[in-house]
Parts: sequence; C-alpha cells; structure tokens
Amino acid sequence: MTTYLEAIRQGLWEEMERDQNVFLLGEDIGVYGGAFKVTEGFYERFGEKRVVDTPISEAAIAGAATGAALMGLRPVAEMQFADFISCAFDQIVNFAAKCRYRWGAPVPMVVRAPSGGGVHGGPFHSQNPEMWFVRTPGLKVVAPATAYDAKGLIKAAIRDNDPVLFFEHKALYRRVKEELPGGDYTVPIGKARVAREGRDLSIITYGAMVWTALEAAETLAGEGASVEVLDLRTLLPLDREAVCETAKKTSKVLLLHEDTRTGGMAGELAATITESVFEYLDAPIVRVTAPDTPVPFSPPLEEAFLPNAAKVVEKARWLYRY
Amino acid sequence: MSTLPATTTDSREQAELARKCLYYMRLMREVEDRIERKLYRQGKVLGGVYVGRGQEAIPVGSILRAEADDVLFPSHRDMAAFLIRGVPPGRILAQYMGRVDGLTRGRDGNMHMGDMNLKIVAIISALAATVPVAAGAAMALRYRGSRNIAMCYFGDGSTSLGHWHEGVNLAAVQKLPVVWICNNNQYAYSTPLSAQMACENVADRGPAYGMPSEIVDGNDVLAVHEAAGRAIDHARSGAGPYLLECKTFRMTGHSAHDAAHYVPAELFEEWGKRDPIVRLESRMLDEGWIDNGELEAVRASIRREVDEAVEWADRSPYPDPATLLEGVYEEAERR
Repeated sequence: MTTYLEAIRQGLWEEMERDQNVFLLGEDIGVYGGAFKVTEGFYERFGEKRVVDTPISEAAIAGAATGAALMGLRPVAEMQFADFISCAFDQIVNFAAKCRYRWGAPVPMVVRAPSGGGVHGGPFHSQNPEMWFVRTPGLKVVAPATAYDAKGLIKAAIRDNDPVLFFEHKALYRRVKEELPGGDYTVPIGKARVAREGRDLSIITYGAMVWTALEAAETLAGEGASVEVLDLRTLLPLDREAVCETAKKTSKVLLLHEDTRTGGMAGELAATITESVFEYLDAPIVRVTAPDTPVPFSPPLEEAFLPNAAKVVEKARWLYRY
Repeated sequence: MSTLPATTTDSREQAELARKCLYYMRLMREVEDRIERKLYRQGKVLGGVYVGRGQEAIPVGSILRAEADDVLFPSHRDMAAFLIRGVPPGRILAQYMGRVDGLTRGRDGNMHMGDMNLKIVAIISALAATVPVAAGAAMALRYRGSRNIAMCYFGDGSTSLGHWHEGVNLAAVQKLPVVWICNNNQYAYSTPLSAQMACENVADRGPAYGMPSEIVDGNDVLAVHEAAGRAIDHARSGAGPYLLECKTFRMTGHSAHDAAHYVPAELFEEWGKRDPIVRLESRMLDEGWIDNGELEAVRASIRREVDEAVEWADRSPYPDPATLLEGVYEEAERR
C-alpha cells in the first residue's frame, strides 16, 4: 500500500530519474528531507545540484523556478506550507502566469503547496489558498484526493508546459493509501473523476473533502439516497463538462470545499451549472464550506470551522427530500 | 574617462567599439524620441511610455561587452538591449503601437517584451520581480554547464523591494553567474534617492550580501563597457554575482505624461552637460576616431532608418480580437 505522501514522492523521484531537466528547490528539502519528509533521500540520490536548499525566500524560490523554467528546465518548487505562498504571489500570478500569453514564453514549472486544516496548525499552517490562483489565467491548479491521483498528477504537472500549482493536502499525507500500479502513468490535468456513482444527488468537491463526501454518501446510502461524488482533481482549467454532466444526471447538487465560503470554488461551480444546465435542476444548489474566518487553532474551534461528514449529511438530506 | 592603452591596434579597436556604441546609443535615442515626442503625441502610441534618455550608455556599454548567449533582463530604460540583439526598430515601434508585429503581438506594450530565442526576458511592471527570475536563469545556466551568465538591469527604486533582496541574496549564497546592473538615475517616479534609501550608493549593498560591487560613471559608455567587463569576467569565472552601479540621471519624467516638476531645474541642466552621446562624440572627435562629416552621416542614416521603421510599424495591423483567447496555455496556442 502506498500513502498519498509516498505517492507524491514516487512521482517526483520517477520524473527526476526520467528527465535530467527536473530539479527541486525549496526550504529544508535537501539535507533535511523536507518539513513533511516528501523529499527524504532525494539529496542523497540526486545531489545538491538537483535538490537545492534555498534561503527562507518564497519570492526568490518562485522567481528562480520561473527563470529556470524559462531556460527550459523543469523546476519543482516547494512551499513549506501553502500558507507561505502569499510571499511568492507576485512571482506566480504576475510573472510566471503571464509569460506565455504576453510574449510566448513557456514556463514549465510546478509549485508544490502543502495545504489544508485538521492538523492543528492554526491560521498560518492550515489554509487553502487555491482560489487566489484559480482566478489567475495562465496558471493550472490541481488538488488531488487520492494517492493514485497524487502520483499521476505530480507527474503530469512536471511534464506540463505551463506553470502548475499542486495543492497537496497535509491531512491526507499518511491517512490515505492504496495499491498503485507498477509502471509509469499520469493523470490528465483538467479532467474530473466520478469517485462514486449515484442517481439522486451529486456532491462536487476536491482534495481532502472527497473523503468527507464519500463518508457522507455512505451514511446517506443507508437512508436510501444514492449519492454521486465528483472529484474535480483539477480546479483550473475546470472540467465544466463533468460538472454539468453530474448535475444533469442527478438534478440536485451539493458543492463542498474546505476553503472559506465567499469567492470559493463553489461560487464558480454554481454559476457554471445554472448557466449551462439550469433546466435540469430540481432543487437549489447548496454549499457546504468553511465559514468566512481565518482557520482557528483550538480544536473545538477548528472542528466547528471545518466541513465534516455530519454537516454534509445534514445538507444533503434536505436536498434529497426537496 | 576610462584610460586607454596607447598602442595603435588597441586604438583601432577602441575606435571601432566607440562607433558601435555611438550607433546603438543614437539609434535608441532616435527610436525613443520618435515614440515619446511624436507618436505618443499623435495618439499612435498609447499607454505608458518610459524612455532611457540620458541613460543609453548603460545598456549599450554593458551589452556590447556580453556574449550573444548571455541572458538579458533589460529594464524599461534599456531599449538598446533589443537593438543590439538584432530586433528591427520597426518591431519595437509596432510593440509600442499595439500592433501585431510587436514582440508581444499586442498582448503587452512598451518595453514589456522579450524573446527567449534572443535570450531576452520580458519585465513585468513590478520591476524588481525580475531579480529572482534572473537568479533562476543563472541557476539554469550553471545547471547545464554553460559558460554564459545572466545580466539583470534595474533602477535605484527596485532596490527597495523585497524581491530584489531575496533574489540578490539567493544568487550570492548560491554563487550564481549573474551580473546585477543598477541604472541609478536618482529618481523612482517622483521619489528622490534620499527618500529611497539611507545608504549613499546602491553599491554599498553589495558587501552586505557577500558580493563585490563597483560604481561607474553611467554616462561614459566606454567606462561602462570596461567596468561591465570586470563584472562579466567575475560572474563567468564562477566566482558568483557582481553588482555594478551605474550613476546616471533620468533626463525625463517617469513617463511621457510626467513633466517632472519635482526635479530641480539645475539637476537637468547639470546632467544635460554630461549627455552620454554628446560626450562620446566629443571624445571620438578628440581622439580622431571620427570627423564631423561622418558624425552627421551617422545621424542622418539613423534618422532614415527610423523613418522607415515608423512607416513599417504604422502599416502593421492591429491584432484580430478573435485571437483574444489564444496563448493563455499551451493547449490554446495559435492553431
């Protein structure tokens, strides 16, 4: 069985073995092996040239990755926590994202961002900052939920010729595991996946919340409701076809994300569905998200903040009976 | 003034170099004058216009010292980078006019242009953002075992940004092959140097990062050429980055709309006397490298070259709005 963390590690390792142009840069990723040990053993195998320990300089990390990518290398930059990506914001959204459109220069870089709450990390080690980037044309944003997708998407991200932000959920690192196929495989960027087939209502979600949705679906199945779970896998470019397909199929849609509510992915999904397949809907679209607050530290507060299966079940029941 | 060896061969080489410098400095000024003083006023150039009038010696002197495959990160006042790398003035003018033959095909304007085939990286408006990117390019050059270096240009104002410090520090600690070239023109928009930093020189910041730095007269193209040689040799040798501060003065407002009332008139007058083109021309006359007739011939031929370029650019069409969505991603490239 391979954990989500090990799957990312394998993906990185295999790509570095496959392509000499792939290299890693970030804080404490070399000798120390990374804050979460994703890159443990890489320094020993690939050396300091390909596993670059940098100063604590997120802007320099993202900027240097951009520069190296412009030169044709395939850098994979690690943000120690996704929360720190704000320090690198200008480099990512203004430099890397716009090079191709402005002057035709590809920037084949990956930024890995360990994100998400439920780890008692408090306001600066728990955030889900994906939407800052989802509304930046030129970037691609992926957020895998499974070990299989984590490996397939990190490999696809490295091979992609555009800048890709890879949001890996910290709470999944060691909690999620599965048997992975032996050989080389990738998961296409921009394609959602039906994580569970159903007829009565759809939960559209991504990242760690896929597991919350599946847990809720199981409970609801006991009550006679057949729930479909769509795992977006990629947030930008969004698989609008799959989103509309599941909405058409079940006619009832619950949108779920761990990110806060206003301006979250759910808003874009709801707009997409109402614009394209409104006449198929039998009920209002509902949202289950974190509230509009910073991520609190103390366990009872964080528990109240995070969406969970019970909250999803409650909303889904209402939707089912509508 | 730089000191010159006395041998005839060296003198011939100097004369040849001086002619090249003169050509590119004059060409840059002529293109920029045409943009700022004519096309902008005619409404043919839209948006922000930032020129390097009075600062031409910096890109010309340093880039003529570089190798063709050294990677350039010119600032918005370094148009000569494009001219020296062979971009026809017509394409630069088309860029300023938002035409399809501009380097960005109308996607961006003015000096926001680049071409990786020419090893020139485009700036973004937050200019200091270029600094870490240049460090990354230098990292890639070393990664591949190339002898080439990155040459990154910025103004005094850029050195106040965090990205500047992060990029410079990363390059220093990694001993990356990059030359930092500051065109210290003493104003960042309306903010004078005294309100920009508490140290006297940008070069003073070099030792704090463990890298050598040097101050050069940025209005003396041959001196810039020579100092750039030291900086380039240092970076190319693998000894790490080098900071070259070129003292100069911005002989315009921040942009074409800015009359720069905040700049004391004496400063314009004083620095006007040190115009790098006039200085080079008198030096060339003094040394006997050129005569007045030839000087006038150079000016006339550049004027003709730019006349033709303006006509060419003006014939270039505007981009088709149907292409709006192209090129955001590889999948959406022109088909």
